[in-house]
Amino acid sequence: MNGNESTSTGPALIELAGVTRVYGTGDAAVHALGGVDLAIVQGEFVAVMGPSGSGKSTAMNILGCLDTPTSGTYRFLGVEVGGLTHNPRARLRRNYLGFVFQGFNLLNRTSALENVELPLIYRGDSPGVRRAQARQALAQVGLTGWEHHTPGELSGGQQQRVAIARAMVTRPVVLLADEPTGNLDSARSAEIMHLLTAINRDHGVTVIMVTHEPDMAAYAKRTIRFRDGLIETDHSHTGGG
Amino acid sequence: MLWNAVLLALRELRRNTMRSFLTMLGIIIGVAAVIILVTLGGGATRQVTEQIASLGSNLLMIRPGKHMGPAQSTGAAPFKLADAEALARDVPALAAVAPTAGSAMTAIFANENWNTAVTGSSEQYFRVSNRQLKSGRLFTASDVRSGSAVCVIGETVRAKLFGTRDPIGSRIRLNKLSCEVIGLLEAKGQSTMGSDQDDIVVIPLRTFHRRVAGNTDVGMIQVSVRDGESTAKAEEAITRVLRARRHLSESEEDNFDVFDLKEIATMLSGTTRVLTSLLGAVAAVSLLVGGIGIMNIMLVSVTERTREIGTRLAIGALEREVLLQFLVEAVVLSSFGGLIGILVALGSSLALAGVLGIPFVLNAPIVLISFLFSAAVGVVFGFFPARKAARLDPIDALRHE
Ligand SMILES: Nc1ncnc2c1ncn2[C@@H]1O[C@H](COP(=O)(O)OP(=O)(O)OP(=O)(O)O)[C@@H](O)[C@H]1O
Ligand SMILES: [Mg+2]
Repeated sequence: MNGNESTSTGPALIELAGVTRVYGTGDAAVHALGGVDLAIVQGEFVAVMGPSGSGKSTAMNILGCLDTPTSGTYRFLGVEVGGLTHNPRARLRRNYLGFVFQGFNLLNRTSALENVELPLIYRGDSPGVRRAQARQALAQVGLTGWEHHTPGELSGGQQQRVAIARAMVTRPVVLLADEPTGNLDSARSAEIMHLLTAINRDHGVTVIMVTHEPDMAAYAKRTIRFRDGLIETDHSHTGGG
Repeated sequence: MLWNAVLLALRELRRNTMRSFLTMLGIIIGVAAVIILVTLGGGATRQVTEQIASLGSNLLMIRPGKHMGPAQSTGAAPFKLADAEALARDVPALAAVAPTAGSAMTAIFANENWNTAVTGSSEQYFRVSNRQLKSGRLFTASDVRSGSAVCVIGETVRAKLFGTRDPIGSRIRLNKLSCEVIGLLEAKGQSTMGSDQDDIVVIPLRTFHRRVAGNTDVGMIQVSVRDGESTAKAEEAITRVLRARRHLSESEEDNFDVFDLKEIATMLSGTTRVLTSLLGAVAAVSLLVGGIGIMNIMLVSVTERTREIGTRLAIGALEREVLLQFLVEAVVLSSFGGLIGILVALGSSLALAGVLGIPFVLNAPIVLISFLFSAAVGVVFGFFPARKAARLDPIDALRHE
């Protein structure tokens, strides 16, 4: 396994074994993932790199329980979750996983506070609790005072921070970010990377992040490179930029 | 969970106020149309029904000649007083018989004059035509026998001639006849046919014959059938007696007509009722169209909001939570639209009833039914788009542009 060095430091949080993902069937079939083995332990900060079309997003979707492997196993906290149906996967997402998208995916014409509240509403928290937690999460990403601005009134960097607050507000075990700085300039990107680093360091949240830029990957402690649906290299290094 | 869905749905509707309003418009119009039509139709039916009730108990009108309706006669010999007396004597089913003769005439009091209908009849007239006295007295059998110069007037005549003064005891002039006003009739309003039943002066028949008409013709005999007696049987008996008195042979047709006014009025109210249901049905179709409008908008918004739905699913919304949210959005839209429709309908039917001069009859079941129907429209037409949204695959939805 590629993650052997890492697994030795603690129990595996995430374990992929022989995971494939095939889109379409017959001649048109695309083997986006061709048998991936990967182990990630609690508290890691992993950068995922690789050329376009190499299967990074496909892998992230499977890790984030948005998608299921065509074959192979995915163990999350020791439990096989690859074969779960819609609703159990949704529960897993709402309780353990936070997702940050390249395009932010905030609800427009909805205040930052209400956006961040949304996962808590689905989790069924009381209005008082979720208000307080949403404010706290926004404060954590440095957006105190911006609670009532809608995405249209926020800069790209601020929008991405709202998206991170929304992913963090449920206190997930893993934060998955697919090109979180893809739409931002380098200064905003650095802000986001500092934020992710802090989240990883101060709260022990496992962060897995896709990026094209080596500068961003340098913040992580481990870099995994994909090529043609397979893991090409897997390096651990000293993160922190 | 339902509460959360309501919260999310309301936020969603607030985000798109204009779209929400336009969606509701179909339902607003549909519900308002149904309620307005049914309310006005109900008012019209009530009006006709009340007029039937006020026609007098089992009133039959007998006129010489052949009529297609209560119109002018076609030149057959008029009745005489003796015909009415024969009916009263020979047809036991009749409770009262009032021979009448009438003429349009100008009534004059002081400087005021007013064109009105003067009717000469017996004291039974008031009973047959179901007229109540408001003040003064009615004329009596002895007034009729002696042909005294007295009259009983209707409310319209009083208003035109006397204004605010008390008419009782004053004398009014009808052509050469000067007669004392002894009674004022209770107002009765418009008849089924639309004529003013209070624009009337009633004098004893003998007075009318001698001092107004100059002949002894009886233009019409009004009779009322005893309670519990069949109107049809009474009609037959009347026809038999009159045919004998008018010397008609077997082969000859009747040269007089017996009308049952109630029959005509009942027919009219039946027509009103059918019309109401028809218009109501048309309006119900518009309500249905409003529902389809909601479905259309909801379907469009599912497509438009695919990414948003993907986001919701990605951050942990369950399928049924998305379903419920969309369903609640549709139901809130349609029932809120229904509510506004009801308010609009109540306002405008109140106003319209006033303008059209018909009573405002609130049909509570229809209001309730159209509200429930509009809510049901939301559930039915909201379900399909809601299910479509809930079944989206999160990744597909997120990829959607
Ligand atoms: N829904 C899909 N249907 C069919 N093929 C798909 C689908 N999603 C991804 N693919 C294919 O799978 C392969 C891997 O795609 P993936 O999105 O994982 O690449 P990626 O590494 O994220 O690329 P990028 O850096 O451009 O985002 C590509 O060849 C892509 O065309
Ligand atoms: Mg990608």
